[in-house]
Amino acid sequence: MSKQKYPTEPLKLWGKAKEIRDNYYKNYRDAHEKGGLRWVGGAWSFDAVPAGLGRDVSNLTSEPYGATIAFNKELAKECLEAAENAGYARDLCAYMRLYWGSILVDKYPYGGGYPRPDFIWQDHICCSHSKWYQVVSDLEGGIPMYSVDVAAGPYKDVTPEKIKYIVDQLQEGIEFLKKTTGRKYDDELLIEAVKNECRSTSTWAAICCENKVKPAPLDEKTMYSLYVLATLNKASGEVADFYDELLLEVKDRVARGIAAVGNEQVRLMSDTQPPWAFLKVFRYLEQYGAVSVGSIYTFGLEGIFEVKEDGTWGPRTTPMQKGIEIKTRQQALEIMVDWNLSKPEWQHFYHPKLKTEMMVRIAKEWQLDGVMLHYNRGCEGLSIGIAENRLGLLKAGFPVMTFEGNMGDEREFDEVMTMARVDAFMESMNVKKGVFK
Amino acid sequence: MFEQFKNWFESRHDYAKDWKERTGGKVIGYFCTYVPEEILYAADVLPVRCLGGHEPQDVTEPHIFGMFCPFCRDVLAQGLKDKFDYLDGITISQSCLHLRQAYTSWDMHKPVEFSYYLPMPHHVQSLASRPFLRSELVKFKEAVEKWTGKTLTDADLDRGIEIVNTNRRLLKQIFELRKADVPPLTGLEAMYLVLSSQMTDKREHNKALKELLDQLPGRKVEREIGERLMILGSENDDVPFTEMVEDVCGATFVIDDHCTGTRYFWNEVIPKEDRLQAIADRYVDRVPCPTKDWPKRLRVDHIKNLVEEYRVQGVIVVQQKFCDPHELDIPAIQQSLKDIDVPTLFLEFDVTAPLGPFRIRVEAFLEMMRQDDLF
Repeated sequence: MSKQKYPTEPLKLWGKAKEIRDNYYKNYRDAHEKGGLRWVGGAWSFDAVPAGLGRDVSNLTSEPYGATIAFNKELAKECLEAAENAGYARDLCAYMRLYWGSILVDKYPYGGGYPRPDFIWQDHICCSHSKWYQVVSDLEGGIPMYSVDVAAGPYKDVTPEKIKYIVDQLQEGIEFLKKTTGRKYDDELLIEAVKNECRSTSTWAAICCENKVKPAPLDEKTMYSLYVLATLNKASGEVADFYDELLLEVKDRVARGIAAVGNEQVRLMSDTQPPWAFLKVFRYLEQYGAVSVGSIYTFGLEGIFEVKEDGTWGPRTTPMQKGIEIKTRQQALEIMVDWNLSKPEWQHFYHPKLKTEMMVRIAKEWQLDGVMLHYNRGCEGLSIGIAENRLGLLKAGFPVMTFEGNMGDEREFDEVMTMARVDAFMESMNVKKGVFK
Repeated sequence: MFEQFKNWFESRHDYAKDWKERTGGKVIGYFCTYVPEEILYAADVLPVRCLGGHEPQDVTEPHIFGMFCPFCRDVLAQGLKDKFDYLDGITISQSCLHLRQAYTSWDMHKPVEFSYYLPMPHHVQSLASRPFLRSELVKFKEAVEKWTGKTLTDADLDRGIEIVNTNRRLLKQIFELRKADVPPLTGLEAMYLVLSSQMTDKREHNKALKELLDQLPGRKVEREIGERLMILGSENDDVPFTEMVEDVCGATFVIDDHCTGTRYFWNEVIPKEDRLQAIADRYVDRVPCPTKDWPKRLRVDHIKNLVEEYRVQGVIVVQQKFCDPHELDIPAIQQSLKDIDVPTLFLEFDVTAPLGPFRIRVEAFLEMMRQDDLF
């Protein structure tokens, strides 16, 4: 057996990431016992806003919750079938069906039944976002709901009017929160949460940028367990602090040449959510010395980037780094909205060419050899324009492999066929299993 | 009586080409009924809706992933196959993701001199949507002015509003006649009226509608009316299906809730000093597409009102395969109709509807309704 090309070692913060995640789900479940509030909404919802209701407010974000169920094959099957039996179409968002199923079968993956929320705080950019929670409210016999439309157009066209539209909704939303909970609203807590959000999402972008080097210090399968914290609680100090620590560890791995995949020789990126029940695809790639170093999804679902002076992508400079002091609710909301509108994963909703430009940038800056596109039947929002992205990447000279599947419904994933496609893709790049140059 | 409307619909491309030749004006293709046609008419531009061709095709596979609705793929196919080669511009007002893909792929692969994406707000139940949409209409108007080289005055906007409002008013007056025990027009004929209005110069369309409105009350209907049906759901311009239900199964569609039907024309622009705000308010207040019907489901009550006003006995709920917004509303709509004892039949549409199996299902549905009468 040939000697491994690069040293590897486990992430020291792996256990802490797991612990934060576990505590998150348990805190939500147990919030009422501690006299706190529970709310539900999407991973993109403005979670800094309900933070103004107090420090005893816990949330459950929908997409990571769906992914958590998807990873549990038995529960996933039960939930999907329950949603279908209730009359919901099988081709709808898989996370959404898993989520509804969890209510219908009254099971929570962390023990007990589905913990009924006190209110819904959602955002809306894909067709399903707000409708998802209309159904949650239906199934639970009526839950107060507020949702914020963020589909004001791509960031390159941002105007004060677009920001105002979203800020005005958030101001309306704060009145909704006060009325629904009967609580006073604390602007200082909001401002603190906005700062946390800017810090955590900028730092996550910085962590992703560390993967530009060869060998990559992180592989995408590992990154899934790390980026997820921002999808749960991006406005919390705990997550922002964790990412600060993680950045230091990843920088240290880069300095010492620690690789995620010891025989890295092919660098790839994926696209959209992976088929959660089949993350073994990434382990299979390792047999070829292939590593997926990330994707628009892993980087830009929560990470906030900007173009730096040298023309490359880097973490967006936070308001705090710019010396901006946030003093009022209005200012905090405006900063948060502008910050979120620049989210990479929000741009392609308006035109595939915007995503293709970012993908080509990643392919160049992260030194990629090819791209694996997951044609994800489970998410129309992240699959929109994906066929045009394929054409754009090919035009830019990057080999592309596609595979069809579903992030949350394993009945729509063909494992054998997918692995066969990987084999063919590797062969087309002249890479052989177990042969490392 | 309806031949003109049918011809306009069936010969839409010939009509548009002829219109260009006659007037020297520009033609723009629009993908969604949230596009403010008032501003286009004010600029003397002819808006024509890009609908599908209902023919199997093999040109969209490289551009749109197969899980997206057949309608959006059919629409894109029309563009890729140059069926709309006379268009000077294309535009979409933000609605569902699927149709958006048809627009963006068309934009990339069949470039025209004017292409505009209008970020129509989704949160129409929020007060914030009104000033926002107005601000977007200001930009849209400026873009149209730049494209056509014509500055749009208040008088131009008034004219545009009046043209489109007149069309809405006339269609609504004609649809009002469908409340009668014996409606003077069939569902298919009503379908031709609305579809043709989406692809014809509304000034000519209005003239034809006025003439029709004069004649309709005295029209002698030879056929049996049968069951009074409503049809609702995704985009629907499936003529053979409608024809089959009425001619073969013997029922009559007396009302609909489609963007190719009542949702298109039900609300008018209520004049205001600020013309663009008046137009914005109309699109915010119109009967919503499911993509914009949240947090409350306002459309459900609207449908129930139509059922009552038009004395509907049964509802056929159609959905374009993979149409998420409608899939998300259909269980709630069916339940609410069940609650008021109105039976529903759900059918999934594709580019072409399987008329044989659908006929069996519709006949079974009607038979079930008739049994209720017997027992």
